Amino acid sequence: MKSHLNRRSFLIAGASASVAVAAPAQAREIQGQEPWQPHQADAPDPVQSPNYLSFTAGEVAFVEAATERLIPADDLGPGAKACNVPLFIDHQLAGAYGRGQSWYMQGPWKKGEKTQGFQSRLGPADMYRAAIKAIDAHVSGKEVGKKFSDLAGDAQDALLSDMEKGTLTLDGVDTAAFFKLLLQNTKEGMFSDPIYGGNKDMAGWKMIGFPGARYDYRDWVDKHGQKYNLPPIGLKGGPGWNQKT
Amino acid sequence: MARKLPSTDVVLVGFGWTGAIMGQQLTDAGLDVLAIERGSWRDTPTDFAPTFIQDELRYRYRGHLFEETARETVTFRNSADQEALPMRKLGSFLPGTGVGGSIVHWNGQTFRFLPYDFEIRTQTLARYGQTMVPDDLTIQDWGVTYDELEPYFTEFEALTGISGQAGNINGQKQPGGNPFEGKRSKPYPTPPMKQTYGPTLFAQAAKAEGMSPFPCPSANMSQAYTNPLGVTLGPCTYCGFCEKFACGNYSKASAQTTIIPVLMKKKNFTLRTECDVIKINLDSTGKRAVSVTYVDAQGEEYEQPADLIVVCSYITHNVHLLMTSGIGTQYDPQTGKGTLGKNYCYQLTPSVDVFFDDKILNPFVGAGALGMIVDDWNGDNFDHTGLGFIHGGYIGGYMTTGRPIETEMVPEGTPKWGKKWKQAFVKNYLTSMALALMGSTMPNRANYLDLDPTYRDVYGNPLMRMTYDFKQNDLKMQDFAMGKMTQIAQAMKPREIKKSPRGPHYDIDPYQSTHNTGGAIMGANPQESVLNRYLQHWDVPNLFVMGAGAFPHNSGYNPTETVSALALWSANAIRNTYLKNPGPLVQA
Repeated sequence: MKSHLNRRSFLIAGASASVAVAAPAQAREIQGQEPWQPHQADAPDPVQSPNYLSFTAGEVAFVEAATERLIPADDLGPGAKACNVPLFIDHQLAGAYGRGQSWYMQGPWKKGEKTQGFQSRLGPADMYRAAIKAIDAHVSGKEVGKKFSDLAGDAQDALLSDMEKGTLTLDGVDTAAFFKLLLQNTKEGMFSDPIYGGNKDMAGWKMIGFPGARYDYRDWVDKHGQKYNLPPIGLKGGPGWNQKT
Repeated sequence: MARKLPSTDVVLVGFGWTGAIMGQQLTDAGLDVLAIERGSWRDTPTDFAPTFIQDELRYRYRGHLFEETARETVTFRNSADQEALPMRKLGSFLPGTGVGGSIVHWNGQTFRFLPYDFEIRTQTLARYGQTMVPDDLTIQDWGVTYDELEPYFTEFEALTGISGQAGNINGQKQPGGNPFEGKRSKPYPTPPMKQTYGPTLFAQAAKAEGMSPFPCPSANMSQAYTNPLGVTLGPCTYCGFCEKFACGNYSKASAQTTIIPVLMKKKNFTLRTECDVIKINLDSTGKRAVSVTYVDAQGEEYEQPADLIVVCSYITHNVHLLMTSGIGTQYDPQTGKGTLGKNYCYQLTPSVDVFFDDKILNPFVGAGALGMIVDDWNGDNFDHTGLGFIHGGYIGGYMTTGRPIETEMVPEGTPKWGKKWKQAFVKNYLTSMALALMGSTMPNRANYLDLDPTYRDVYGNPLMRMTYDFKQNDLKMQDFAMGKMTQIAQAMKPREIKKSPRGPHYDIDPYQSTHNTGGAIMGANPQESVLNRYLQHWDVPNLFVMGAGAFPHNSGYNPTETVSALALWSANAIRNTYLKNPGPLVQA
């Protein structure tokens, strides 16, 4: 969901609903000034919906189960599920990232050497869709009627391990590439700013002691060896700042 | 059919850091200068504000400040017996786009290359003989010396307020600075940054091991500073969102914080954004550049004529543009003939992680150039006799960030996920740090750039193909340097260490550095180089090419200060010699 305050689209469109000042006639040629308009900022787009936008119910079951094995709940703090990591991933896949919009996706597509990086024809959203379908089919092929999310934790770990090592061969899916993507997205969901739907109540940050979006640590430069004593804040502030939800 | 526009004195291709330098220099000379930038206008209050810049996902992982491979990328292979495939996602290097280019999101680690670097072939042969320079190690002298560039290094440091401790002023060694640096005419304009705990421990250990640590010269200001143009930077707040991010405090030197406020107000400077230069056009003699062709955001093509064209669009785009414009002779690794694309180099960046139980380092208190440096094992600063390699790198005990998605400080043998991973990650997050090498890489006959036969960009032009691997010199140097890093790490008396060398093969996926060099190298003659010592194209005298593409090798330092000194030196030659009598500045 693009914010209507995005300045770049303002300049290209040449008009804006939110700014009373007329756009310059040649919006892309700048001469004699540093361009500046009030109320314009390249601010991020916070997640708006608490609902899943792209995952099917079956995909939700897989992602909730898998991410919880990757970052489990324990005495150190909540795991991926409680921190809304599956919701984070869902919202990421629903947007430009899910489509691989900024990546070079043209063919031809070859497997490549290990040193040549990501070579899939599938963008992230397509890769999740294909991989989850194939993994669940693989599980039900061994135990009729079961999916990944039905397995015991140890069995889930074993499958994830096989994917990580590239020893799980499934038709039409590069399971190693999928696992790498899933693990990366899980960590992103645990530790990114809560405006993106994960890291619920900054639990990921609190667990490790990362103060979040704070921006001035000059008083702490000389405090060698002293533990930092303030709670984290996010781009939208902290929980105590908002009286209402 | 491209619409032809009225001519101007100067076209700058790209408006990043070298574009800003050249824009400022050439407008000062009274010329009408037009900068053409493929990306958008970006500035601190609207794009880098401290209310939203602290966003690891958006900037580091979704690459909001970086170029998109969908639009332009390279293909890559380690060697000619492989098929090059597209770099589909950014990984190893993170070029910028938009006004300010890559200097918007750099660390600010700022070093002058050594006097040795500029005369590397002559000096290596003189000291060690031919056996140290095998046939495939294609090092070359640069055609310019450190002493000639010294005033321009100094001018850059004054322009950007670099915070540091000088080590050698006019031949007098200074305590606390780099004893190996080339002699400088002035101290740094601002004092060095105050160090946090981690770099302090590193420096204590290095000193105890007989090495000479000094504070990293930093483009993150240690205090407020007003440069000679009258532009003021603020003090760094150690926010830990430095490299890969823009600065919301005006405290990291960049085009926006040092030049743009002055340059944009000039009547003789114009900037066109969202216009992608796709070709440099020559006249029928092939000896004169007459115009550039660019495509605007609507897809319309324009031809922009100019008397002088300066290419400022980052090494990969610069070299690619020369190739697709048919300017120069493509290097052929089989014959060794041709110059365009040869001597491509990179940076070798192994690390040693250090884990404490009892020392709280607060990694999130960080800045891009916050750290202590050991230069004892760089360049020819030590005797390489019998070691089987030349050059080296600096060892940095940095503390740049504690951003949690990127910070992965877990001991050897820790699984990458699950309960054990989580426990190790939490346990070690506050109490560990990495020592890193900024390792040189030497040019090799087999490492080069050319045009890909298969893959194309959005304009239908072939992508540039990168054939590159770490070679024997690089890997032997790395082994040696890992030994020195391990020595310092163990002297820090940690609970344990973890060694992470690179290689044996160069991998395009993990981030290493945005220090690509070579491909349009400078030199003493047109048989061996693309540019003369003033960065003027040997074949086309009204064409100058900036950037690290000019480096015949990459040293054991970050490239920005040397890129900048060369740009200022080139600008000086243009202003004081070329403009009076346009033509070749060096007789071939």
